[in-house]
Amino acid sequence: MTTDTAQQAQHGLTEHSHGAGAPDHGGSAFDTVASFDVADHVVPRGREEEWRFTPMARLRGLHDDAPLDGHDYEVSVEAAPQVVVETVEATDPRRGSSGYVPNDRISARAWAEADKVLAITIPADVVAEKPTIVRLRGLSAEKAAAGHVVITAERFSQSVVVLEHEGSAAFADNVEIVTHDGARLTVVSLQDWAGDSVHLSHHHVNVGRDSVVKHAVVSFGGDLVRTSVTLDYAAPGGDAELLGLYFADSGQHLEKRLFVDHNQPNCRSNVLYKGALQGKKAHTVWIGNVLIRPAAEGISTYELNRNLVLTDGARADSVPNLEIETGEIVGAGHASATGRFDDEQLFYLMARGIPADEARRLVVRGFFTELINKLGVPEIAERLTATVERELALGEGLPAATSTTH
Amino acid sequence: MSTLEIRDLHVSVETEAGPKEILRGVDLTVQSGQTHAIMGPNGSGKSTLAYSLAGHPKYTVTSGEVLLDGEDVLAMTVDARARAGLFLAMQYPVEVPGVSVSNFLRTAKTAVDGEAPKLRTWVKEVKTAMDQLAISDDFAERDLNTGFSGGEKKRHEILQLELLNPTFAVLDETDSGLDIDALRVVSDGVNRFSASGDKGVLLITHYTRILRYIKPDFVHVFVAGRVAEEGGPKLAEKLEEKGYVDYVGTPA
Repeated sequence: MTTDTAQQAQHGLTEHSHGAGAPDHGGSAFDTVASFDVADHVVPRGREEEWRFTPMARLRGLHDDAPLDGHDYEVSVEAAPQVVVETVEATDPRRGSSGYVPNDRISARAWAEADKVLAITIPADVVAEKPTIVRLRGLSAEKAAAGHVVITAERFSQSVVVLEHEGSAAFADNVEIVTHDGARLTVVSLQDWAGDSVHLSHHHVNVGRDSVVKHAVVSFGGDLVRTSVTLDYAAPGGDAELLGLYFADSGQHLEKRLFVDHNQPNCRSNVLYKGALQGKKAHTVWIGNVLIRPAAEGISTYELNRNLVLTDGARADSVPNLEIETGEIVGAGHASATGRFDDEQLFYLMARGIPADEARRLVVRGFFTELINKLGVPEIAERLTATVERELALGEGLPAATSTTH
Repeated sequence: MSTLEIRDLHVSVETEAGPKEILRGVDLTVQSGQTHAIMGPNGSGKSTLAYSLAGHPKYTVTSGEVLLDGEDVLAMTVDARARAGLFLAMQYPVEVPGVSVSNFLRTAKTAVDGEAPKLRTWVKEVKTAMDQLAISDDFAERDLNTGFSGGEKKRHEILQLELLNPTFAVLDETDSGLDIDALRVVSDGVNRFSASGDKGVLLITHYTRILRYIKPDFVHVFVAGRVAEEGGPKLAEKLEEKGYVDYVGTPA
């Protein structure tokens, strides 16, 4: 077993109450209340462990009682031929099939208020020849809305699903992702919102026997985007790769929370989240929680968060937590590193004639290229690279992060 | 015919105890077609001279001037110096993860030439240069200097020297850490560069070993931030025998 930590983890600083009365579904460990009943979740005030980084005043009351009955958005779907995309009633049995129980008030409210469910099903043995893309375009951030998506990858199917978010919205949603035996599924959630949007999103992934799941969250736009991904395993042999890419500009708050619940033996999880920040009060938060339960023998897990701070005045918080309840594992480790744009790299590139702006682009593009390649979805790779370039263009002219001497 | 002139150059670095002067009045003129060896004990300011010429932000020029064909080099940004024809082969090349060697070389070549190289001839040119330096093909797709061995880093510096084809090359201890085979490969590269036209070379080294492969026209001995002695190739032979003991009092 190996554990390495580039930056001291917050491990052990908070009291964890996992195990005690926690049923075998995800999201209940690490001090969370799991309930469908909104009333069971007290209104968070910002002092709670899971809210302490979030600017509560910018949540537009979504965590309290602000109505979620707005419908100012449109949805378009480009589905692969054999993939079934339907809008179904909230009573559809697929809803809840991931085993997820809302673990905070916003998630519980979105669960209660979403009157329709978007159900995406990849039938057994289908190998989808192209990604299925669902595009949600917000028309106004005035009235908040709730959403619910269930993605079901049946036995031995292979597919890619992309959930795109753009435009203006105040949006709270739950996304359930269920894979059956041997299914291979890639899900990419892309937040490319307009600057006035608030998005609070819960994803729960339930990984089937010998299933391979790649899940990615990509956040660019929006005033405040907070994504919580919980993942557990329905049976042994599951393999999960959790990827994240985020780029925060001046004033933006991008918060990425993860909870991997190793509740089954012989599974694997690998987390890689990378973020860049530029501009005054750009703020990113990454919380990576991994729990290895006593039953999870023979698992391996690794999580890594890297942040690149491009200018002064930006702040990246990064907190990995690893709880190990059995020693009979292959490996468990985590690392977190937050660095400034490296002056020595800049000097090296410039000393070869490359202008400063272009050198900066090369380095940041390089920083994200590894991740975009890992996504393995060529249909969106080019667009993600272009968006990174656009973000960089916004930052040009901003003074670079204060130099570090060597 | 080009000229690089260094006149009464004073350079200091910031330390916790305030600015510390490293170069204390360096005078040196390099004409194209010449190779100058700069030798000296550790801490004499050789690398500071190299990095100051390239414009590293850590070093502050307090007085003096550097002229490239009459143009004020010190007024130029780091990238402008490179485009004007100055090249620094670094002692410790920096790792840049995520940027491939091939992408980096093409970007640098485009910047230095002011236009993108023609794809077909460029690929061939890179391949030939890599072969000559005994660099394997997969190298082009590796991340810039990332995980390179010491020898690979140095050969990669010389690869850039040959491809970017500057007017003046400053080689900062390119020989250090190389085994004899690698030293020969690297020296051959520098000699090809010198022979390719009207080029000037400023070869900074601690040891005389590389001077068996690269023949200097002039040798300058650097001590305590200035040139203590200069002469022809014979001066290197004297240093080979006696080391720097005459200059610093102890064998270095």
